[in-house]
Formats: sequence, C-alpha cells, structure tokens
Amino acid sequence: MPQPVLSVRDLRVEFVTRRGILKAIDGISFDIAKGEVLGVVGESGAGKSVTGSAVIGLIDPPGRIAGGEILLSGKRIDNLPPEEMRRVRGKRIGMIFQDPLTSLNPLYRVSEQLIETIRTHTNLSASAARKRAIDLLAEVGIPAPERRIDSYPHEFSGGMRQRVVIALALCAEPELIIADEPTTALDVSVQAQIIALLKRLGREHGTAIMLVTHDMGVIAETADRVAVMYAGRIAEIGPVREVVQNPLHPYAKGLMGAIPSLETDAERLVQIPGSMPRLSAIPPGCAFNPRCPFVFDRCRVERPEPIQHSEHRVACHLYDQSSVRSEAVA
Amino acid sequence: MFAFIIRRALQAIGVLLAVGIISFAMFRFAGDPVNQIVSLDTPAAEREQVRRSLGLDDPVPVQFLRYLTSAAQGNFGVSYQFRQPVSDLLAERMPATLELAFCATVFATGFGVLMGVYSGLKRDSFLAKVFQTVSLIGISLPTFLIGILLIYLFSVTLGWLPSYGRGDTVRLGWWTTGLLTLSGLKALIMPSITLGLFQMTLIMRIVRAEMLEVLRTDYIKFARARGLTTRAIHFGHALKNTLVPVITIVGLQFGSVIAFAIITETVFQWPGMGLLFVQAVQNVDIPIMAAYLMLVALIFVAINLAVDILYTIVDPRLRTTIRQPA
Amino acid sequence: MADAIQAAPAPHSQPTTWAGRFFDSDVWASFKRSKLTMAAAFLTLLFVAAALLAGLVAPQDPFDPAQLDLLNSRLPPLWDAEGQAPFLLGTDEQGRDILSAILYGLRISLAVGFLGVAFSATLGIGLGLVAGYMGGTTDAVIMRIADVQLTFPAILIALLVDGVVKSVLGGQLDGVTTLSVLVFSIGLSFWVQYARTVRGSVMVEKNKDYIAAARLIGLPAPVIMLRHVLPNVLGPVLVIATINLALAIITEATLSFLGTGMPETMPSLGTLIRIGNNYLFSGEWWIIAFPGVALALLVLAINLLGDWLRDALNPKLR
Repeated sequence: MPQPVLSVRDLRVEFVTRRGILKAIDGISFDIAKGEVLGVVGESGAGKSVTGSAVIGLIDPPGRIAGGEILLSGKRIDNLPPEEMRRVRGKRIGMIFQDPLTSLNPLYRVSEQLIETIRTHTNLSASAARKRAIDLLAEVGIPAPERRIDSYPHEFSGGMRQRVVIALALCAEPELIIADEPTTALDVSVQAQIIALLKRLGREHGTAIMLVTHDMGVIAETADRVAVMYAGRIAEIGPVREVVQNPLHPYAKGLMGAIPSLETDAERLVQIPGSMPRLSAIPPGCAFNPRCPFVFDRCRVERPEPIQHSEHRVACHLYDQSSVRSEAVA
Repeated sequence: MFAFIIRRALQAIGVLLAVGIISFAMFRFAGDPVNQIVSLDTPAAEREQVRRSLGLDDPVPVQFLRYLTSAAQGNFGVSYQFRQPVSDLLAERMPATLELAFCATVFATGFGVLMGVYSGLKRDSFLAKVFQTVSLIGISLPTFLIGILLIYLFSVTLGWLPSYGRGDTVRLGWWTTGLLTLSGLKALIMPSITLGLFQMTLIMRIVRAEMLEVLRTDYIKFARARGLTTRAIHFGHALKNTLVPVITIVGLQFGSVIAFAIITETVFQWPGMGLLFVQAVQNVDIPIMAAYLMLVALIFVAINLAVDILYTIVDPRLRTTIRQPA
Repeated sequence: MADAIQAAPAPHSQPTTWAGRFFDSDVWASFKRSKLTMAAAFLTLLFVAAALLAGLVAPQDPFDPAQLDLLNSRLPPLWDAEGQAPFLLGTDEQGRDILSAILYGLRISLAVGFLGVAFSATLGIGLGLVAGYMGGTTDAVIMRIADVQLTFPAILIALLVDGVVKSVLGGQLDGVTTLSVLVFSIGLSFWVQYARTVRGSVMVEKNKDYIAAARLIGLPAPVIMLRHVLPNVLGPVLVIATINLALAIITEATLSFLGTGMPETMPSLGTLIRIGNNYLFSGEWWIIAFPGVALALLVLAINLLGDWLRDALNPKLR
C-alpha cells in the first residue's frame, strides 16, 4: 500500500474551559491517499471542522491537540514549531472555508491576495506571480481572468468568490486540500459546479481532499470514502458506496435515513430521536447509546473501539464477535 | 456616489440651519444687539433710534434671514468687550486653535493606534494592562487637571517647557504658525498632550476592540490557513480593516478636539478661539458666543462630510455600491 | 413602581423582600467578587458622608468671611515646619482652611452632580417617553435635536447655556442662583442618552398587546406604559446616570475652573483648583494639590462604579 498523503493517528483535541476540559475530538484515526476524496460527515458539533483545523494547525487556545499524531506524507506535522507549520499551511495543505463572502479580505483586490499568497510560498517575481494568479483563476473557471483579477471580492458573485477561494487554496499546489463545508453557503445550482470543480482538480493534480460537510448528497457524489463522525469520534468509515448503501453503525443507518421500520416493513425516512449530546455531557460507554435503537448493557459502560468489518471500520459493539448476538437483536 | 454625497450635504445644511436658529436666538434675544453700538449708559431715546436703524423692529423671520445672510458673508456683529468685528477676532485666533487641534489629533491618533494595536495583539501582556489602566485614568482625570499637572512637572519643577502662550510665531499671509520656530514647537507639546489625551484613550480602546474583532473574522482565519506570515496578517490584513472605523472616529473627534480646546487653551493661556470664547462667556459677550457656535458647527459638518467622502475612498465595498446603483 | 413590582410574579421562590432579593442577585455577587469595585464604593460613600457631615467635621466654615483671618493665609500643611494647627492641609490666600474648603466644596460638587443628573434624567426620560409614544413629527423633532446636540461636546453646550442664562438674568449672581444655573446647564447637556434609551424601550413596548388592551378598556395608556417601560430601562438608566454623575462633576469643576461656575465666595472643588492655579508658580502647591486629588479620586471612584455596574447589569447600551 502506498504511503497515504494524510495519516491521522488517535488524534485528540481538547478545549479548556472554566467548567472543565471538553473533548472535542476523542481519539480518531484515518488516512487519505493521493488523489482520494475523503468525506467527513456528521451533525454540527460532531468535530468535523475541528478535525480540519487540527490537521492544518489552526486550533487556537483554549483549544489544544491533546494527543495522537498527524502525518503528512509520512512526516509528523502536529508537533512542528509555529513558523515551520506556517510554511506547511498554504504550501502543502490548502484550506477552503464555508463562506466565500467572509473568507476574502474585503479591502484587498483579488490579485493582491493571490499574489501575496503565491509569493509567500514561492520565489516567483511579482510579474511571474501575477501570471500564475491569472492561470489559477482560469483553472478554477473564472472567465476573462486577466480582466477580473484586479476586482475586489465583493464584485464577484458567491459562486465565483468560492472559485477565487479555491484558487487561493491551490496557489502552491498543495498535496492536501481541506474543504470545510465548501458548498453550504452557496446556491443549490452553484453547489454542483463547485463540487465538480473540486473533483476535477483533485483528479488532475492528484491532490488528496478532505471534504467536511453535513450534506450526504455532496458526499455520495464526490467522495471515494466517507467517515461518519459522532460526538468527537468516528462511528464508521469505509468506501462511500458501502457506507451509503449498507451502513453498519446505528447512527450511520439513521443518518442515511434508511432504517427499515419494524411495524410497516415499508422503507421511509426515519429521524434519529433526540440530539447529539453537548461536549460537556457525553454519556459513558458509547456516546450514541441514549439514542440507539439497538442499545444493550455493554453500550452503557464500555466505549466501543473501531473494528474492521468487511470494508468498513465501525465503532459499535453490535459487530464485536464477543458480544452476545441475541442481546443485540432484541 | 453623487446621491450619497448630496444626501449627506443636505443633512449638513439642516444641522447648520438648526444651529443658525439657536445662534440667532442668542444673538437677538439673549443679547441685545444695540449694546454692540452704544454703551450701557446711553439714554433710552438714542437706544431706540439705534434699534430702529438696526432693523430690530422688523418681523423676526426677516431678521433671521438678515442674520444668516450676513453670517454667510462672515459678518457676526461686533464684540461687546473688544468693540471689534467678531469675524476679525475669530480669524486672528483661528490658526492657533487649528494648529493645536491638529497636533493633538496627530498625537492622539499615533499613540492611540500604536497602543490599541499592541493591546489588541497581546491582550494579556503586562504592557496591555498598563495601557488599560492609563486609559481609565485618562478618562477619569478632568482635562484641566492633566494640564496643570503637566505644567507643574515640566514648567515649574523641571523648567523644560513654557507654561503658557504659543512661543514665537511666523506669519504666512494671514496665517500665523508656531510650527516653524523652536519655541513655538516647545510651546505646542504640553497643550497637545493635554488636549489629545482623552482622544488617545478613546482611539486606543476602539482600535483594541476592532483588532480583537477583526482577528476573529473568517478572512483572517483564511489568511492564516494560506500560510501568510504573522506580520502580513497582523499589519497587512488586520490593521487595514481595523483602521476603517478609526478614520471615522478621528475625523468626528476632530470637531470635539476643537471644542475641548476651550479648556486646554484656558489652562495654557493659548491665544486661540477657545480662550476667546471662555472670555466671552465670562463677560456675557453674546456676539462672540453666537459666532463661535456657528463656526464650530460649520467645522463639524465640514469634517463629517469629509469623513464620509474619505470613507468611500478607503472602503471599496462602499465605493462600488455607490457607483453602481442596485 | 411598588405596584409593578408586587404585580410581577416572582420568577423563582427566593427571598421575597426587596433587600433580600438584592443580596441574592448576581449584581451583588459580582460586587463582592471585585475588590476594586468595593474600594470604589467605599471611597464614594466616604466622599458623600464627608460632604453631608461637612458642617460637623470641618474645623472652619469657609463660606463665612467672619471666620477667615488673613493672618493665617498661605500656611503650608501641618506636617511642614511652618504648618499651624488646626490647618491640617494648610490655608489659601484668604486664610481659608484647605481641608474645610474641600469638605464644603465637595458638598457643592456632589450637589451639582446629583441635581444635574436628576434633572437630565427626568428631562431625558420624559422626552424619550413622549418621543416614543407620540411618534411622527414630535418624535422626529425631539430625536433630531438629540442628534444635533450629540455632535457637540457637553462642555460646549453647558458653557453656552450658562452664558445665555447669565445674560438673561443679568448682573452678578449669588451662590445659590449660580448653583441652579449650573444644574440647569449641565442637565441640558446630558439628557440625550436617557431619551434614546427610553425611546427605544417605548418603541418595543408600544406594540404589545397590553397597551392595546389598556386603550380598549379606557385606561390611560401612557401611565400603564410608564409602569412597564420604567422597569425595563431601570438598568441602563442607572448605568448612564452613574457614568453621567462623574461627567457632571467634571463639567461643573471645569466650568468653575474656567471662571463661569461657582464664585470664589462659595467655592466648589473646581473653583478651589482655579484659585490654587494662581499659586502654582509661587510654591504654594497645597492650595491646588489637595482639591485636585480630591476631585480626581471622586471621579475615578464613581467611574469605577459605573464600569462595574455596566458589566454587572450588561444593559444594551448604544
């Protein structure tokens, strides 16, 4: 197996608050290979965005990485000194944020922001950087880039602005792009274009993409593999077709909206009862146990660790051979 | 762009008109314009004649119009105390006040922005806490006490700086300046600090709050995610966005600085308009008070208008939304 | 007021008396947490007590010319070799005991401050109620005046009002009249903030059902509204009033320092500083230093209280 671009090992992120330590990420592991798109889904507060911020080294106090390792192409980056980590950001890892309206500094021209980023990470001259900036804008599909490059951000539409943001993330040809809800703030018609753009760029440049979203539709369309997060842990991870069509974890089943109803036999959308616990009130055992229709005693005391089950890795006692099967079905 | 400026200009004219009414009411009813011509022991018959010759028995609106017309031509009547045209008195004193206000604003802006940026970036540092304490004291201490304290320290005790007056001035046309002589510059130091201290603390607090606000924005987070250097982020991206509201504050405060100069000028016996105004209040010299009010109002609205225009230059969002009507 | 408080259902069954509820509240808790605030409160109380008891505590009545002896003029403080009992903080050029002058001056400064704040609060709350309730042209006129006034610093307005009133009244004014003029001019300079706060609250309340209901059954809506609006704005008004008390005291001191406030025969702290300023260069520093320190401490203490109150009540200011 070739070396993954990103490898996260037992990552833990904590937030120190007056009321105690909150575990935002509690021991997650995953890999992303070259050219692969990993979708990360979950409800808000599940720790998707925090994972992205941790990888790119932008966890601010009172948050901190409390344990685990993050490896970029085999080299640890979570313990780099700030200045070295800064050189990784933007150069080797690009990031795209949710809202293109607020991601761009309103007082600087697009050209200024692009050239500044390019020149921070390369030795290009100002004119070469400008040429590269125009090429980038053309690549992300902005028409007449020579003319548009000197516009201010507010002079672009939302979708065009997100293209500019993507161009900014691509400035130094990064190995990994973290896209944090890149389509959430956009019109539905534009969403598909941006997704198609991301997919194409990933394919053409062999860039690994970590796509954080709460939109299963986007994941199903874009991702190669998907990680389902719940309360700071990965409930299930596996190939996207597998997880979408045949989810194993009860939470993933609920998320896919495909839990067969026992009474009627008909397939219909079933909402998961209750809501995700606050970080300050995560129950012992499996964090999902109060909402789980298949809960049994072991779930309330022992936290399930991820286990390999066919192509999935799933953190659920139901799939642990040592669990008593009869208990589970009841 | 045009519509916006014109709307602002109309508002400014509204304010000026309102102040004009107050100023006229003071001039006409609180003071007796006859006193500008004759002395207090003039017989009643003669006063009546002067009254008629001044048109004071015309209907009030007519008198108001006449007052506004002459005010627009720079004629504000004659001072009771000095027996000189008020406009001459004000023109003679204006350079002193404007120079003082300008220096105070430069001082306040320079130090205020520096201290604000520092305490915004290093919120929990010792120096930031010192700045916060200084700003509380700066707001609590009355201006005149600060002036007196400075005089006691630097004039009485150390003897470094002059305690009153403008020092030597140079005449440039009708303008007199103290900026070109050593004694003039020395004389400017303490009054500028005294006058600017309050504005400095204000600017510092605003810059600090803005800086904290801006540092939390998405575009700063995105700038960090792009791996820009801390310096580029703080002093390029954050500072520029912070300074947009500061321009407004500095501009709007310039009017207050001119008005607050009243106190500073009295403490330092600075021969400006403020000192003239205080003497006018002490001696109930209504024409000077009315004219001063009009003049300050004029400066205020002129600055407001200038700030609005400047704003559109600094903030491209505003510029185009105005240029391209939706 | 009392009715409104009783009528409101108790949110949680805790102490029912007024005082009991106060000591149970977050405001009190935050007060106990901050040592600085407690010190400021203590200092403020001390100043107020000193001002109230000036007649009993002060060794001399500085307003009574008969008690002044020119032979005692310009004596340094007691700890200086040339100091003389009973003049603890020395005397000024008229033989006035500085300590007594400060105590009596404090009384005037605080009186002008409190009365000025009371006047501006009443004026502001009244105009705010009227503007908010009447709406339309009345509202527009009042708020326009507020806007225009807000562009000018309070000190300029106070000076102007002071000058105009004096010219209308004419001649030399006695101490009490001057004091009233000061209260009037300070009151007129500080009403805007109250009016804005109250107006905002009225605008919110005006459209609520109970007002319509009150109108329907023929109750005087403004009175009902006053009862509902006042509790809402009590917090913000209290904060504005505290901060304005400091401002009013500074304004009075400034006017007196500029020579348009209290006369030398009935000096406030500002007047004392004005007198002392004349002796700055001749080495008699105590004439200005002690009144200056007293004024600075008083204003600082009240400002600290105001800051704390703003944070504790956290009303939506501005």
